[in-house]
Amino acid sequence: MDLKDLSRDVILDHNKRPRNFGRLEPPAHEARGHNPLCGDQLTVYAVLEGDVVKDVRFDGSGCAISVASASLMTEAVKGKTRAEAEHLYAAIHDLLTRADAPSLPELGKLAALGGVREFPARVKCASLCWHTLHAALEGAAAPVSTE
Amino acid sequence: MSAAPAHPVPLDIERLRADFPILSQRINGQPLAYLDNGASAQRPLAVIEAERNYAETMHANVHRGVHTLSQRATDAFEAARERVRRFIHARSTREVIFTKGTTESINLVAHSFLRPRVKPGDEILITWLEHHANIVPWQLACEATGAVLKVAPIDRNGELDLDAFRALLSDRTRLVATAHVSNALGTVLPVREIVALAHARGVPVLLDGAQAIPHFALDVQALDCDFYAFSGHKLYGPDGIGVLYGRESLLESMPPWQGGGDMILSVSFAGTTYNQLPFKFEAGTPHMSGAVGLAAAIDYVDAIGLDRIAAWEADLLQYATTKLAQIEDLRIIGTARDKASLVSFVVAGVHPHDIGTILDQHGIAIRTGHHCAMPAIEFMGVPATARASFAFYNTRAEIDRLADAVRSARDMFR
Ligand SMILES: Cc1ncc(COP(=O)(O)O)c(C=O)c1O
Repeated sequence: MDLKDLSRDVILDHNKRPRNFGRLEPPAHEARGHNPLCGDQLTVYAVLEGDVVKDVRFDGSGCAISVASASLMTEAVKGKTRAEAEHLYAAIHDLLTRADAPSLPELGKLAALGGVREFPARVKCASLCWHTLHAALEGAAAPVSTE
Repeated sequence: MSAAPAHPVPLDIERLRADFPILSQRINGQPLAYLDNGASAQRPLAVIEAERNYAETMHANVHRGVHTLSQRATDAFEAARERVRRFIHARSTREVIFTKGTTESINLVAHSFLRPRVKPGDEILITWLEHHANIVPWQLACEATGAVLKVAPIDRNGELDLDAFRALLSDRTRLVATAHVSNALGTVLPVREIVALAHARGVPVLLDGAQAIPHFALDVQALDCDFYAFSGHKLYGPDGIGVLYGRESLLESMPPWQGGGDMILSVSFAGTTYNQLPFKFEAGTPHMSGAVGLAAAIDYVDAIGLDRIAAWEADLLQYATTKLAQIEDLRIIGTARDKASLVSFVVAGVHPHDIGTILDQHGIAIRTGHHCAMPAIEFMGVPATARASFAFYNTRAEIDRLADAVRSARDMFR
């Protein structure tokens, strides 16, 4: 992948050693996400304490971009409030789809995903985990699909 | 690019490649190596020009006007039908129905042939290798009628278990529908045996020929199948046009599946008389330029010769299989003895999608995913594969590039 070297290294590293990989038992919220195009399957688990995302994990299988994105996401949202997580969700969406997206400081390491914009077919891989987290926080029961 | 050994089959590959304008471009700074022919093949100039000539000199609606252009369009459209008939060796043009592709051809049979004939508990027999286009229309028919879908198993090489297939044929089987060639694994199915077994029990057979038509000469009479479906765009022709071959006696007995213009002889509110074959199944204005382009594609393929195409592709398949098998951590998915020229594979530690993106950076186009054949891919124990599928315009040098790029993808993820 011709992503800029730094972001490439971040993605390769998080793909190889995903952080917060594993499941959380109920009463953790969980939601399943599926990208039928690649066959990616992710489950995101989140424990809320009041309004704060106390713990978040994911498992499943997918391409490097989807796994790295999920891994980065769990690092980014842990300890944040739901509103902050939703704000990041919107910021990531812009980062992945808009060439003129401002590089917000709160994105931190998530900025590594910006290069994915150059691969339109892969944007869904990077956004799957965020849709799935959103569903988990909403407590939605139906599996999320990118199609 | 490393120098590939000379190719044993005499095809003037450079001259043939020059017939395909799209192949001469660069993708991401590299010469395009188009190895996604199983999804859709590229079109030679002869096809592009035939479509254009139709639009520039012949276009009007078919079968309707008394004016000159309408007559020209009708003649061109019906000449295309005759060209298809000759190519597949149908007895008559009444057996050649134009559709928008394999998918529509199969749906036509599901609606007009199968649904009116089945009762709850009757069975349709398919295989684990099918493309979704040869699964879902039958599932819908089953839901609507109470019929039951039976699926013949495959083995770990991706070959059909013919004994199990035989055992699944029953007194309730109303139709057998199988691929001629599997798009996900490349397996060539034993269609002669399938037809013989089914016919021995009086069961008609539909063959999904989407992946077979560009590779082998087809003789529907020798094969003795009852229906054969294929798409123009996999045969170097236009998209949006395809064919359903059907045995005339069966087509005669089937009600139309869509209503509209062209498929009627007379309409009144007291009752409508349907047109004869093949028009009965062609409601509405058809894809005329597509049919003309498809006929040009058939002319093009016939001029090269399907035998020579098959020999060239067999060499590419063997070369690619050997080259890819040498790559450490790579596993070929689909190892049937008889395969068409495609190789599905996985690389340990690298998701097929990432392989696809990295290969694209090298100018190499392949398909990744489940190839619209989720049951077959899941049966092989993988969520997805990378698939390189070859046409006669591909070369050993392109396969060398493929192997080199796969190696660099693997190394990147180490
Ligand atoms: C085996 C097989 N059947 C059916 C189809 C569907 O063809 P189309 O999309 O042209 O209708 C394909 C195309 O990928 C195929 O490979």
